[in-house]
Amino acid sequence: MVRYAVHRLLVAIPTLVVIVTIAFFLIRIAPGGPFDLERPLHPKVMEHLERIYQLDRPLHEQYLSYLRNLLAGDLGPSFYFRDFTVSELILSGLPISVQVGASALLLALGLGGLLGVAAALRQNTRSDYAVMTVATLGVTVPNFVVAPVLTLIIGLQLQLLPVGGWGKPGNYVLPIIALCLPQIAAIARLTRASMIEVLSSNFVRTARAKGLRESVTITRHAIRAAILPVVSYMGPAVANIITGSVVVEQIFSIPGIGRYFVQGSLNRDYTLVMGVTVFYGALIILCNLIADLLYGVLDPKVRYD
Amino acid sequence: MPLLEVENLKTSFHTREGVVRAVNDVSFSVDKGETLGIVGESGSGKSVTCYSLMGLIPQPPGRIEGGRALFDGTDLLHCTPRQLRSIRGRRIAMIFQDPMTSLNPYLRVEDQLIEPLLIHDRIDRNLAKEMAVQALKDVGIQDAGNRVRGYPHEFSGGMRQRVMIAMAMITKPDLLIADEPTTALDVTVQAQILELIKREQQENGTAVILISHDLGVVAGFCDRVLVMYAGKVAEMAATKPLFAHPQHPYNRALQRSRPTGDMKGNELYTIPGLPPDLSKEIVGCPFAPRCEFVADACRKDQVRLETVGDDHYSSCLRVHRREIDL
Ligand SMILES: Nc1ncnc2c1ncn2[C@@H]1O[C@H](COP(=O)(O)OP(=O)(O)O)[C@@H](O)[C@H]1O
Ligand SMILES: [Mg+2]
Repeated sequence: MVRYAVHRLLVAIPTLVVIVTIAFFLIRIAPGGPFDLERPLHPKVMEHLERIYQLDRPLHEQYLSYLRNLLAGDLGPSFYFRDFTVSELILSGLPISVQVGASALLLALGLGGLLGVAAALRQNTRSDYAVMTVATLGVTVPNFVVAPVLTLIIGLQLQLLPVGGWGKPGNYVLPIIALCLPQIAAIARLTRASMIEVLSSNFVRTARAKGLRESVTITRHAIRAAILPVVSYMGPAVANIITGSVVVEQIFSIPGIGRYFVQGSLNRDYTLVMGVTVFYGALIILCNLIADLLYGVLDPKVRYD
Repeated sequence: MPLLEVENLKTSFHTREGVVRAVNDVSFSVDKGETLGIVGESGSGKSVTCYSLMGLIPQPPGRIEGGRALFDGTDLLHCTPRQLRSIRGRRIAMIFQDPMTSLNPYLRVEDQLIEPLLIHDRIDRNLAKEMAVQALKDVGIQDAGNRVRGYPHEFSGGMRQRVMIAMAMITKPDLLIADEPTTALDVTVQAQILELIKREQQENGTAVILISHDLGVVAGFCDRVLVMYAGKVAEMAATKPLFAHPQHPYNRALQRSRPTGDMKGNELYTIPGLPPDLSKEIVGCPFAPRCEFVADACRKDQVRLETVGDDHYSSCLRVHRREIDL
């Protein structure tokens, strides 16, 4: 398994290089530059800045030098937050983003799984239809709609929770909900479908024929098989939550990585955008790997070699 | 008193296409230690009959519309879930057609083998594990001590069916229901599995219901045979008279369509037509459209199972009236 994991990580390197390459040239195509202010800088100052940040050199040289630094683990200085390196910025936002993102993921797994199993057990009843209708809505309505609607209803109309600011526990609630709702919906649908399939499978029939209680049949035999597709979905779920967090952190003004990403893009802070992109790419690759390893633990048919 | 007495069992499935009357008024009994064969074409209701007894019919869409199934005094169709649980898996065990998918792929064979012991007999886990190893040895699995820690996918189809048999027999049930236990297996393995079932049966005095669409399998294995057609009993008798003196055209046709050794070059007889659509109301004898002896009355009159000899039953109207001699 260790060998498999190492192999997968090695294979991930070219993927990351592709990500870096595309991101590097895409952001350079975007009009404007990091030092375009409302009042243009004196050409001399501009020239000086560009020299310091090596923006005066040919693009391919900049690209190669970025790759070299990346290999050494150096994400470079931020162009906009001039006193910080990109690594420092990412590390400062990381704990907050992880808290929000991980909570959303765990909540989505727990609640989505529970709802999916419940719907499967009550297949074609009213509660099943209710859960699935809401879940279908949840899958189709994106974060950037959920977040403002939550703000509007729970924050402004009912005044139950703060809509902005950071630091108090109350600040976490709305962003986490906004982030995890679509994932709860997706996981509930996935779990329901796979649970229904497993419940009519031959080995569950065998379990029933043995005289097991239905509750034991479900917990011991059915659920374990039914969560496998959900485990596979962990990678995409993490990717979705990261994407969502970019929007949600902005809307709720959360000082996390996602917000740096948005600000970096708006400011043409090339290194910051690149840094966050690389970080996100690596994180998603890692989560996919963890999901695959977990799958292997749960499914004895999977062998890593 | 028979061990199991099924009377007028009716099971149907309420589907979008209509009500499928999968089992329509089936009665039979099984004595202690006896072997009853149930034969019939695919779709004739053999599995549904047995699933009904085991409480394995998915409801909905399935529904037990009527009947009784007395097992040692308990009506399996109307008892409490608790009563049913204390019988199925302990006193009535079942093995299935598809050994490749009938074991849980995510649990060790050992954990699956000991489950019936743990829930029914409340046996200590370690003792149960020892019994599991012994059970695997008994069904002829080499290196049982190690194999018991393996997962189903590490076993071949035949081996998995052996595991299923070990699991079914581990509580020493009074009745074993085997639903086409060899259909999915290689011909060479089939005989071994049947032999194993026979041996386990003799060691434990277990009664067996063997479901098969293969008359040959049933002929060599069973004391009595029940021939099903379209959810109904066509004929039922002890094995010898059933083969020697068929009392239903369907039984006769089945036997003619069986390959035998001295057939070189002769084309195999096939019964013309197809079994009826069970979601449509069937008037008269369900076999009438395919029957070479069909008369007008067959298409109109309701069929009934009647005695046509010593412990020999047939549902053929024309046999009842002694109009045909098969
Ligand atoms: N879950 C189900 N839903 C609808 N129809 C079913 C279901 N299970 C069985 N049937 C129908 O019941 C009839 C008898 O099936 P079965 O007992 O499995 O036949 P076999 O004799 O081959 O074992 C078939 O026509 C089949 O289509
Ligand atoms: Mg069948």
